[in-house]
Amino acid sequence: MISGRYAPPSLSRRFMPVWRRNLLVWRKLAVPSILGNFADPLIYMLGLGYGLGALVPDVSGVPYITFLAAGTVCFSTMNSATFEALYSGFSRMQVQRTWEAIMNAPLTLDDVALAELIWAATKSFLSGLAILIVIWVLGLSTSLLSLWILAVVPLIGLTFAALALIVTALARSYDFFMYYFTLVVTPMAMLCGVFFPSTQLPAPLQTFAQLLPLSHATALVRPLMMGEIPAAPATHVLVLLAYALTGFYAAVILFRRRFLE
Amino acid sequence: MAVLAVEGLHKSYGATPVLRGVSFAIERGECYGLLGPNGAGKTTTLRLCLGLSQPDAGTLQLCGLPVPAMARQARTRVGVVPQMDNLDPDFTVEENLRVYGRYFGLQDRVVRARIPQLLDFAGLTGRAGARIQELSGGMKRRLTLARSLVNDPEVIFMDEPTTGLDPQARHLIWERMKTLLAEGRTILLTTHFMEEAERLCSRLAIMDTGRVIAEGSPRQLVAQHIEPQVVEVYGDGVENWTRANALQLADRVELAGETAFCYANDPAPLLATLEAEPALRYLHRHANLEDVFLKLTGRDLRE
Repeated sequence: MISGRYAPPSLSRRFMPVWRRNLLVWRKLAVPSILGNFADPLIYMLGLGYGLGALVPDVSGVPYITFLAAGTVCFSTMNSATFEALYSGFSRMQVQRTWEAIMNAPLTLDDVALAELIWAATKSFLSGLAILIVIWVLGLSTSLLSLWILAVVPLIGLTFAALALIVTALARSYDFFMYYFTLVVTPMAMLCGVFFPSTQLPAPLQTFAQLLPLSHATALVRPLMMGEIPAAPATHVLVLLAYALTGFYAAVILFRRRFLE
Repeated sequence: MAVLAVEGLHKSYGATPVLRGVSFAIERGECYGLLGPNGAGKTTTLRLCLGLSQPDAGTLQLCGLPVPAMARQARTRVGVVPQMDNLDPDFTVEENLRVYGRYFGLQDRVVRARIPQLLDFAGLTGRAGARIQELSGGMKRRLTLARSLVNDPEVIFMDEPTTGLDPQARHLIWERMKTLLAEGRTILLTTHFMEEAERLCSRLAIMDTGRVIAEGSPRQLVAQHIEPQVVEVYGDGVENWTRANALQLADRVELAGETAFCYANDPAPLLATLEAEPALRYLHRHANLEDVFLKLTGRDLRE
């Protein structure tokens, strides 16, 4: 059996009290947080969707705002999970020493890491859900198939929470996160079919984009939004799962290096 | 049986050895002190005892359980007062206790029932709804102490619990520690304050560069390691006086800056020569733990 730093993360329900701690903090700041969940992506989606949409013809056979709606769900979920796991996670881990306090109780680093993962995914689910509600209310999606997006959003959240935790585990200060945004998050937003179809990209970039997790998120969400069954759904789900699981495993190894050695 | 037994602990960070064979055992109801200059290995020892880090060699038993193998189970019976406050700044006093209780698997109603008692112990009655930012440094420390008791622990690890506190706040913490000891709890204390160690510890270990270099009760340590009387002499001409008198009349002399510390079994002849030196001022006192500490670990700064 592999032990020590490289042991598989021990997953147990012990993460629950830590998750509840974060929920209690969130509840105190719920109003601005929910407002942010709704308002921010809404402004982008409506501004770009209608403003830019008036200038461009139908995209993939639908009005631009309908095209953008699916991208916004994915992008917003990714951002929310990323911000929570990076900035808020780092605050708890380093600045407030909350993790240290928790690990003095009968909880372990693996419990704390799992709580961070699931909490960031939970928060991103709220973001994704907020956009979805707006999309439904505006009638941008009317298919019952779009309800499946509620199952995809948590997977997107877990994936990007796990990837962001790797960066948090390596960070020495908040400034470090800039690299991740500049080198990973922003390019992904441009390459992965959020604002425009990735078929617009040169062929090599298209191939490269297929390796990125956000491409698989939009590949699932966009057809569902338009009432179609995604092509090769299992592949997309498996790629996202693979990113989530290996990402979390890598993050746990790095947290162990940081805390236990 | 020992509540905490540590045997032959070794730990290195990279190529730097931090612990080089640390052993000690703490009996139930004892306050055991770990003293040592910065970098002696005190905090690392605490981390290993809690199972937060793996020793390179050596064995640990906490509350009868092997650590780190069963550290999580052992920690259910331990309270920790960390060196740096890590209260939850987003929560009230009451929420801090309730949420911390959940980490021990305690139901909210169980913790709620204990909260008035915990607040009373910490001198924070009536502050249940206060935000952490509203508390003074002393109040935060007391809340941290109360938080460490939320699981009714057998053993409490206290890492420099009074550092940065004013004398009033420090005395209050000491009183509370005595109460906890009277209740039969065991305390492992690390501190830089010799007075704190002398007042509270039944036994203590002085650590330096990753080893225990002396162990015993404060009284034993003073008796074993140092002459019973000290005359501290300072003022113009102290060096000349030291050369002319102290080196012959004292059993041991340490010159630190402008002050000569003269250690003697019989200080009378030394004091007699000082009568004739109006330029010199002096303080005659009993030897204490600080003298032992400085003798064993040296007067050089540790950074």
